[in-house]
Amino acid sequence: MILARIVGTVVATRKDPRLVSNKLLVARPMDPHGKAEGNYLVAVDTVDAGVGETVLIVSGSSARMASGMKDCPVDAAVVGIVDHVEVAAGD
Amino acid sequence: MQLAKVIGDVVATVKDGNLSGIRLMLLQPLGPDLKASGRTLVAIDAIGAGVGETVFFVRGKEASFPFHPQEVPTDAGIVGIVDHVDVPEM
Repeated sequence: MILARIVGTVVATRKDPRLVSNKLLVARPMDPHGKAEGNYLVAVDTVDAGVGETVLIVSGSSARMASGMKDCPVDAAVVGIVDHVEVAAGD
Repeated sequence: MQLAKVIGDVVATVKDGNLSGIRLMLLQPLGPDLKASGRTLVAIDAIGAGVGETVFFVRGKEASFPFHPQEVPTDAGIVGIVDHVDVPEM
């Protein structure tokens, strides 16, 4: 799983029927210190996350194990809203 | 599977129901020389690893298998704590 910050939302009227009524979010991956890294991605929201929040994103086929995502065409799902990240000194 | 060092942990109150009660650890993947290589990631802990330990973890859907039949939505999971690694110089 990766840490990411939600930076926006995606609206799509025409989409796969199994994606109907799922919220899509634009996320920017970040390192544990909050610095942005890597490419933006679109993830389906399963925990009611909002813009500006730090979240946990699960990728690949595991995204389909998120709540309500069974057999849905997704490869990234927001599965948690991060309260805080603890990094050991020196790392 | 890949070697990594546990460098911290992540606390999330609001999360998928199948993740509740499972610890989320911050991993720094390591090369065979045990030096950091690649991006940090968050993995579930299936064996009770602690911060500072060297572990190996599995990527992909298989990461949830230690909790079978519970369907834990994760793509990375710690499955072993490393005692030592021996890589003869190449």
